[in-house]
Amino acid sequence: MTDANSANPTLATRNLRMAHDHHTVIEDLSLTLSPGRVTAIVGPNGCGKSTLLHGLARVHHPAGGSVLLDGGDIHRQPSREVARRLALLPQDKDAPQGLTVRDLVGFGRHPHQDWFRPPSPEDRAAVDSALGAARLEELAERPLDTLSGGQRQRAWIAMSMAQHTPLLLLDEPTTALDLGHQIEVFELIRQLAATGRTIAMVIHDLPSACRYADHLIAMKEGAIISAGTPGEVVTRALVRDLYGVECDLLEDPATGSPLLINMRRSTDP
Amino acid sequence: MTLRSLFLWALPVIALLASLSLGSGSVGPGDVLALLSGNGSDEARFVMTELRFPRTAIGIVVGLALGISGALLQSLTRNPLAEPGLLGVSAGSALAVTVMILMGSDSAAITTPVAQVGALAGCGLVVAVARMQGPGRDPVRLILAGATLSGLLLSLTSLIMMADQRTANEIRFWVTGSISGRQWEELFATLPSMALAGLTTALVARPLASMALGEHVAVGLGYRPGRVQFLVITTVALFVGAATALAGPLMFLGLAVPFIARAIGGPDIRRTLLLCLAVGPTVLLLADTLCRLLVAPSELPLGVTTALLGAPLMVMIVRRHRMPTL
Repeated sequence: MTDANSANPTLATRNLRMAHDHHTVIEDLSLTLSPGRVTAIVGPNGCGKSTLLHGLARVHHPAGGSVLLDGGDIHRQPSREVARRLALLPQDKDAPQGLTVRDLVGFGRHPHQDWFRPPSPEDRAAVDSALGAARLEELAERPLDTLSGGQRQRAWIAMSMAQHTPLLLLDEPTTALDLGHQIEVFELIRQLAATGRTIAMVIHDLPSACRYADHLIAMKEGAIISAGTPGEVVTRALVRDLYGVECDLLEDPATGSPLLINMRRSTDP
Repeated sequence: MTLRSLFLWALPVIALLASLSLGSGSVGPGDVLALLSGNGSDEARFVMTELRFPRTAIGIVVGLALGISGALLQSLTRNPLAEPGLLGVSAGSALAVTVMILMGSDSAAITTPVAQVGALAGCGLVVAVARMQGPGRDPVRLILAGATLSGLLLSLTSLIMMADQRTANEIRFWVTGSISGRQWEELFATLPSMALAGLTTALVARPLASMALGEHVAVGLGYRPGRVQFLVITTVALFVGAATALAGPLMFLGLAVPFIARAIGGPDIRRTLLLCLAVGPTVLLLADTLCRLLVAPSELPLGVTTALLGAPLMVMIVRRHRMPTL
C-alpha cells in the first residue's frame, strides 16, 4: 500500500472541556496521540470516551481548551484541509439504499477532489487500493445493504482508507459484530497501522483493546485515569475501578499483552 | 424500452410536442405543421407565439424548479415524502403573494421576490418541524406536520380571498395552480433567481450526497452540515418562490419527479438532480397537456391534475412495506 504519511502529523488536546447541553462531560483533558500507533480509548459507559473522540474529530466544538492538529487549533483550519489529514469513522452513519461499496469508498476521495472535476486516475487508484486492502474487490459493485455486518464495516473503513489520511479516528468500529467479524475488522485496523498511520479508536471491549492496541487510554468520569501500553495500564485494580469487575491477569503467550480471565462482579462496591 | 430511455428521450420529446401542438381550442397539430411550413392562419400564429410557446417554456422552468426542490428537500430531510407542496413551502409562498396583492400591489416584477420570501418562511417552519421530529425520524410524521402547516397557510389565503373581492379576482386561477395565460415577461422576471438557484444546486450536490451517509461522516469528509443546510434551504426558497410566482402553489410535482428520477438512477442525489432536469419538465408538460384535453373546450387547473395524479403516488409510497430510506 502506498500511503501519505511521511511526516507524522500530531493530534492533541490541551485542557479540553466538552459539554452536552451545558452538562460538562469532560472537565480538563490533555493528551497527545502517539504517532504511528494504535491507541484504544476504553472506559465504562458514559465515561466520555465517545465525546472525546467527537472533540478530536471536530464533530463538536469544545466548551473550553482546544484540539490541536499539527500544533494549530483544529477549528481554525479549513475543514477540507483537516479532512486530508484526519479521517473519522463515526458510529452514527448510514448508507442510502442501493449505494454500492465502490460508490461508498469513492466518498473518501471528496476532500481531494473539486466538485466540477471528474475523478482523477489517482482517485481511482486510491479507491482500488482501499478495496484491495479491505478484501472487497469481489463485492465492489454490490449494494451495501446486501452485505454482512463485517463486510459493511470493512467497506466503511475502506472509505476512510481512500481518504489517505495519516490520522484515523474510529468510534466503536466493532460494536454489534460477532467474533469472526470483529477479528476481521481489527486485523484490517492492524494492517492499516502497519502502514504508519496514527489510529485512535473507542472500544467497549477491554480484552480486544489489549489484544489490538499499542497504547491504552483508560477514562472514567470524563478524565484519563491511566495511559500507556496495555501491560502498564491493565491491572486488577484498574479493572475493578473502571468496571466494578474482579479478574485475574495472564500474559498472552502469543503477543505478550494482558489476558483477562476469571472475570466476575466485584462484591464490595 | 427501458424506464431510463423512456423518461430521458421518448417522453420528453412527446411532452414537448404535445404541449406545443395540443390545446383545448381548435388549433391542433395540423395547424402547427402548416405554421412551420410558412402558411398558417393568423389565429394559429397568435395561439403559438402568444400562448403555447410561453406556456411551454414556463412549464419547463416550473417543472425543473419543483423537481429539483423536491429532490433537495427529500435529501436534506432524508424523507422520500418531503416536497415543497406538502411541506408548506409553496403555501407560504402563495400566502405571501396573496398578502402582497391584498395590500394593493399588482406589479408582476415584485411578485417573485415576495414569493421567495414566503417560501423561505415556509422552509424555516419546515426546519423547525424537522428539528422537533426527534430521534424517531418517522417520515410520515414530518409530512403530517407539513401538511397541517400547508393547510393552515392555504386557509389563510382563502380567508383573504373571501374578505377581499379584488384579490380574489386577481388570484383565483393562480391559487389553484395554473400555467395558462402567463406572459413572457413573467417568465423573464424569475430567470435570474432561477439561474442563481441552479448554481447553488450544483455547489451543494456533492456535500448533500455525503450528508446522506450521516452528518458526522460529512464532517469527517470536510463538509460543514450547517452551511450545506443553509444553502439547500436558500436554493429551495428561490426555486419554489419563482415557481409559485409563475404557476401558483402546485402540489405533488416535487414528490413525483424525484421519485421517478430515483427509480431510474438510484439513490445518489447528484444523479437524481441531473435526471430531474429531464423528468421535471416532462411530467409538468404532460400534466398540463392533460389539463387542456380532459375537459376540452374548457381547461382544468394544473393544480387539480397534479393532485389527481400525485395523490395516488403518495399513497403508494407510504404503503410500501418498507419506507425507502435516503
